Amino acid sequence: MPESRENRDSSPRLKVGLAEMLKGGVIMDVMNVEQARIAEEAGAASVMALERVPAMIRAEGGVARMARPGLIKEIIKAVSIPVMAKARIGHFAEAQILQELGVDFIDESEVLTPADEAHHIDKHAFTTPFVCGARNLGEALRRIAEGAAMIRTKGEAGTGDVVHAVQHMRQITKEMRILTVLTEQELYAAAKELQAPYELVRMVAQTGKLPVPNFSAGGIATPADAALMMQLGAEAIFVGSGIFMKERATPLDVENDAKERAEAVSRAKAIVTATTHYNDAKILAEVSGQVTGTMKGLAAASIEESQLLQTRGW
Amino acid sequence: MTNRRTNEEGWRPRIGVLAIQGNFASHAQALGEARADAVEVRKPEELAGLDGLVLPGGESTTMLKFLEKRHFFQALKEFCAAHPVFATCAGTILLAREVRNPAQRSLGLLDAVVERNAYGRQIDSTILSAPSTLGDEPLEMVFIRAPRIVETGPAVEVLARRDGFAVLVRQAHILAATFHPELSRDRRVHRLFVEMTAAAV
Repeated sequence: MPESRENRDSSPRLKVGLAEMLKGGVIMDVMNVEQARIAEEAGAASVMALERVPAMIRAEGGVARMARPGLIKEIIKAVSIPVMAKARIGHFAEAQILQELGVDFIDESEVLTPADEAHHIDKHAFTTPFVCGARNLGEALRRIAEGAAMIRTKGEAGTGDVVHAVQHMRQITKEMRILTVLTEQELYAAAKELQAPYELVRMVAQTGKLPVPNFSAGGIATPADAALMMQLGAEAIFVGSGIFMKERATPLDVENDAKERAEAVSRAKAIVTATTHYNDAKILAEVSGQVTGTMKGLAAASIEESQLLQTRGW
Repeated sequence: MTNRRTNEEGWRPRIGVLAIQGNFASHAQALGEARADAVEVRKPEELAGLDGLVLPGGESTTMLKFLEKRHFFQALKEFCAAHPVFATCAGTILLAREVRNPAQRSLGLLDAVVERNAYGRQIDSTILSAPSTLGDEPLEMVFIRAPRIVETGPAVEVLARRDGFAVLVRQAHILAATFHPELSRDRRVHRLFVEMTAAAV
């Protein structure tokens, strides 16, 4: 029998393939090995390794960069599920380092301080798949054109306020529905208005959905929030500050305080269950009742325009 | 097929797809293309009345956490012991007799030892074409953070291999792959499973 041979042009399919495997799951932000273990134990489909969750970045300020390699390596070693990490917008050198470290997905994220005010990373140049945030269809399709294998609604990270995640998901799904009823001729003008490649616009018009999985992020803090986003069309959920934060800039002490650890575990498990059973109000009521404590949060409407993370990305 | 019910015009088996987490939607679509009706299964009671079941790819640890609640594990084990079942990737891990790297609980119905993430991380994921027993055309195999079947028992028939290791196997009513046939256009593997299911009804 002849040896098996490698197929050409397999890269985009493998990238989207991993995104497919994460559907129906929860991707949790973690800042240390103990949090990563709690996430895996609670049933997270993946963890995002980072130095500070968005709520802390927001509160503490300063330049937010890629996590240090030592932390990423420790977390990769500690769990068997896929590990993601964030690179700054446009910072392809950070992305090269993350790929070299063996992370399974790179998030080119507005949560970190942007490194380029005009260009995003050319994601086709990498073997590792990328996820990028979007607030509307045009932004989503520009990121896909650059090679993103997964889109997530941006929401407003680090707030625990789901309002912008809802707004962005509704915006994207509405814009996709509109494309499906346009004529062939109208699609050219639609591509111009969306500032997105015509071929991708046409693809969405035909299928009514993005050519890559569409997940939700940015402000999801409770099981009900996760169920809401899934019912609105999200295919999986990112939870950042919602699981391991106590006050605005103080994480739960999961390493030394048993009560605070139990609180984080209860939140993580409940959000995982709610994401699978998003359409089952009986189970949602049950798991919502099992959560002890919720991140205090910050109303997104009270944030000054210049302090919003979601406006980063071009 | 010589089975009476499968000869009835338009009859299609009802096949469940475990929809806890993972790419259950792609399997449901592939089953439809292979002339079966797919039903998403999220709770043990939803197994009732199904002719067969698909255990999809995704994260096996995530699936296990759910199975450990609501007596789902036992219900699934009983169903899979008695009905046709098709497992891919994480599903194959769930079905194995023994799981390594790390060791974890499994249904123990497929007489095989499976090693998780055996080919490395996502950068080591790959798409290969190789011969199989499913016909002359090589079979495309999409491997994503794939496990490896390192040992198989005597009742396990190997239908395709990668570097000498089994990647598609059959043991009586069980079909299992370490790759993702649902991510390829070729529907031979799903058609085989739909035939296995129809024959068992």
